[in-house]
Amino acid sequence: MSSLDWPAIGLSFGAATLAVLINLVPGVGLAWLLARRAWPGKSLVETIVTLPLVMPPVATGLLLLELLGRRGWLGSMLHSLNIEVVFTWKAVVAAMAVMSFPFVVRNARVALEAVGTRVEQVAATLGASPWRVAWTVTLPLARRGIAAGAVMAFARALGEFGATILVAGNIPGSTTTISTSIYSDILLGHDGDAYGLIVVSIGLAFVAILASELLVRERRL
Amino acid sequence: MTAFLELRGVSVRLGRFELEVDAALSEGWTALFGPSGAGKTTLLEIITGLRRPDAGRIVMKDRVLVDAAEKISVPPHRRKIGYVPQDLALFPHLDVRANLVYGSPVAKAEDESEFQHVVERLEIVQLLDKKPDALSGGEKQRVALARALLARPELLLLDEPLSALDAPLKERIIPFLQRVRDEFRVPTLYVTHAADEVVALCERAIVLRAGRIVADGPVSDLFVLRESPGYRLR
Repeated sequence: MSSLDWPAIGLSFGAATLAVLINLVPGVGLAWLLARRAWPGKSLVETIVTLPLVMPPVATGLLLLELLGRRGWLGSMLHSLNIEVVFTWKAVVAAMAVMSFPFVVRNARVALEAVGTRVEQVAATLGASPWRVAWTVTLPLARRGIAAGAVMAFARALGEFGATILVAGNIPGSTTTISTSIYSDILLGHDGDAYGLIVVSIGLAFVAILASELLVRERRL
Repeated sequence: MTAFLELRGVSVRLGRFELEVDAALSEGWTALFGPSGAGKTTLLEIITGLRRPDAGRIVMKDRVLVDAAEKISVPPHRRKIGYVPQDLALFPHLDVRANLVYGSPVAKAEDESEFQHVVERLEIVQLLDKKPDALSGGEKQRVALARALLARPELLLLDEPLSALDAPLKERIIPFLQRVRDEFRVPTLYVTHAADEVVALCERAIVLRAGRIVADGPVSDLFVLRESPGYRLR
């Protein structure tokens, strides 16, 4: 009799949600800078943002471990504030956030570019400040594309494995996610449990991709 | 006549194209006439503040909008200059009513009567609950005009408002533009490359060619009736 690893499902879900929420503001902000402004170093930033998409996730995980470990640049600062990240649920969120960031930025950028500058310019001539233009014109018109990107980022975060296992480990009930739980189930010969989680993964991914497609399609109407 | 808007030594270089303009606009409707590529839209963008000139000074009713030497450039949302671009740029996610009040967000009692007046005169009362997608070309045109007027601009810039319309529709829109001109009395710069529109709507014309003003004066001096229907530049 196989049983589902509910704590892993719960952590995956919660951490992926949190990762996407953390990514939204900086992701959309960066997408706006990439879509609307010319600035030195833009291509470099664009490349760095895309890196997690193409780099081996394990490599990203190792870099994160260097950054967030006690002797790391960010980790030592957090340690002095009594915040431990590595091998805790926070590391799961960090790994998911880094791995899914490109999805938020790239989709938001395409959505913002599709809005075009003309409606924004006219809004400004009607007396709207740049903030009001952003809130009342740009973001409402780009919201479906941004939401589609967020859903794709969520799906990517749910499937995260390589970076997570390095930076958060695979501690049952603490840092084990759906992906890492499948991995240990297979290693331990609990194939039934693994297949249960695989079905859950397929279901979640299916719903996420469908939702993302629907969001983008309605935008085109 | 006193100058309402002064453009002094306004210039901008865009690749190999260079715009260099010295002009003074009085109240009333002035045509900015010229072929495509003459720099008409670029000049409009400079006046609205959407583009910064490399040099020059722009003053509207004693208010300095641009002084390149002093690094002054009032941002577009503080200029009180209405702009209706060629593609109209209605907000597709808002219905007509929300489009119209966008530039006058604080709805006061007197605004309400002004609102009624504008929508009645432009005959768009029946369109208020529609989305821009559901409007015809001529309806969109009138909504864009009304939206610009309701923001109470001190100057109105119309960028080739009729160029995308076919001849019969053009005929029907011109009376609306004349009505806007005669009833709302907002100083307007009307950009076009059609001489007939200049004659139908404007008192004065500035002729722009390859980034330079080549003629400036009363429309009656600059344009003559052709033998075939329509007008041409003298």
